[in-house]
Amino acid sequence: MSQIPADLRYTRSHEWMRTMPDGTVEIGITDHAQQSLGDLVFVEVPEAGRKLTAGDACAVVESVKAASDVYSPLTGEVVAGNPGLATKPELINKDPYGEGWIMRLKPSGGAAAESFDAAAYEAVVAAGG
Amino acid sequence: MGKRTALYDLHLAAGARMVDFGGWDMPVGYGSQIEEHHAVRRDAGMFDVSHMCAVDLRGAGVRPLLLRLLANDVDRLTAPGKALYSCMLRPDGGVIDDLIACYLDEKWFRLVVNAGTADKDLAWIKEHAKQIGVAVVPRRDLAIIAVQGPNARAKAMPLLPEGAREAAGRLGSFFGTSCDEWFVSRTGYTGEDGFEIALPAEAATEFWNGLATAGVACCGLGARDTLRLEAGMNLYGNDMDETVTPLESGLAWTVALEGTRDFIGKAALEKQRAGGPARKLTGLLLLERGVLRSHQKVFSGAGAGEVTSGTYSPTLERSIGFARLPAAADGTVEVDIRGKRSPARLVKPPFVRNGKPKIEI
Repeated sequence: MSQIPADLRYTRSHEWMRTMPDGTVEIGITDHAQQSLGDLVFVEVPEAGRKLTAGDACAVVESVKAASDVYSPLTGEVVAGNPGLATKPELINKDPYGEGWIMRLKPSGGAAAESFDAAAYEAVVAAGG
Repeated sequence: MGKRTALYDLHLAAGARMVDFGGWDMPVGYGSQIEEHHAVRRDAGMFDVSHMCAVDLRGAGVRPLLLRLLANDVDRLTAPGKALYSCMLRPDGGVIDDLIACYLDEKWFRLVVNAGTADKDLAWIKEHAKQIGVAVVPRRDLAIIAVQGPNARAKAMPLLPEGAREAAGRLGSFFGTSCDEWFVSRTGYTGEDGFEIALPAEAATEFWNGLATAGVACCGLGARDTLRLEAGMNLYGNDMDETVTPLESGLAWTVALEGTRDFIGKAALEKQRAGGPARKLTGLLLLERGVLRSHQKVFSGAGAGEVTSGTYSPTLERSIGFARLPAAADGTVEVDIRGKRSPARLVKPPFVRNGKPKIEI
């Protein structure tokens, strides 16, 4: 069973969002996503300053099995990509909601992807999404 | 729902992720694929490979049958228990399957064939066997467990039936020994020492659990794939199939063209060899970040080709693969990885053997 923390928001494409005290949003991939991918071996994170529109492919997570795009759930500007993932992609496997975060985004208030609370996301996963 | 091996419930209980492989529900991994891989390179791991099909061929005509059906030469098998890797070819030289043939006695050979090709293999073999009165008996009553790694034999040995233990301990590489319905061979698909053990399906659970207690790691098809790729071993369906010959698949060393023996596909291979095969299968080492995957396009100075198998190598911590390229391709090539061209170097497999890198990074 995968972990789905109650205090985060989720997307259909298995990203999670955590709103930080300063209004920026931390984004990563869910425990379910990392379990499906298996051992991650490369992660490409976006550079600070990059402008993203909701739905843009903003990062690549590559496991032994497959490469997969990560999509920005929000419109805004990248504040930081997680620098630790360049040498330790396995942080996403070990701690997907903590040390394995992928980027921090400053939302511009533009378009956002459909998002779910933990219970609704659990249903998405259970339905095979 | 796919077919299930005798160990299916055990895999589920161990938390395996199951996938379809050649019509079978098989464990792709039990947790970290990389840890499973390292377990085999450094200690011992076990694989349920019961989806592969053991086929007993019995009758006085079995050797002549295999001399005709196989591209490799079973006349090299003179000592009982000796095994041989070979392709089975169509008349045009296309590869029907790759298999292991083991010589037990003059009236009994055992083949082990791939799961996804077992039905067509059996049909092909039976068609030729009936002409010379050889019985073809698929042994779906057997489970097959591969125990691989530097400590694999030592850990497996005490769990073998008493009657097989001593003979198993003396087995040379590519030899097998039988005891009742158990068959133990010193073969594998990982580049490490170890056994492949065919045993009655009803004995499989106890044997598997015994190995687990002895500290042998459960390993899935995912680790099996990274291990065999590092070991430079082809996978049927990825690296060769009916549309290519062994000469275009890095398997010329398995084809015995010399002499007067006439095997199916020989004429086509002789013709191809005379003209020089247009394509070859080569090893690739990716020089940048990223992972080679099958079907990625490859661009060489001699023309384009394609990655047939690719993965991340846990031992080398780089991406490796096989590609089918024009025969003249050499040096460095470019691979289209998700729209970006990345440089890769042609290398001669194996990449890793017995825990040690075999190529320069």
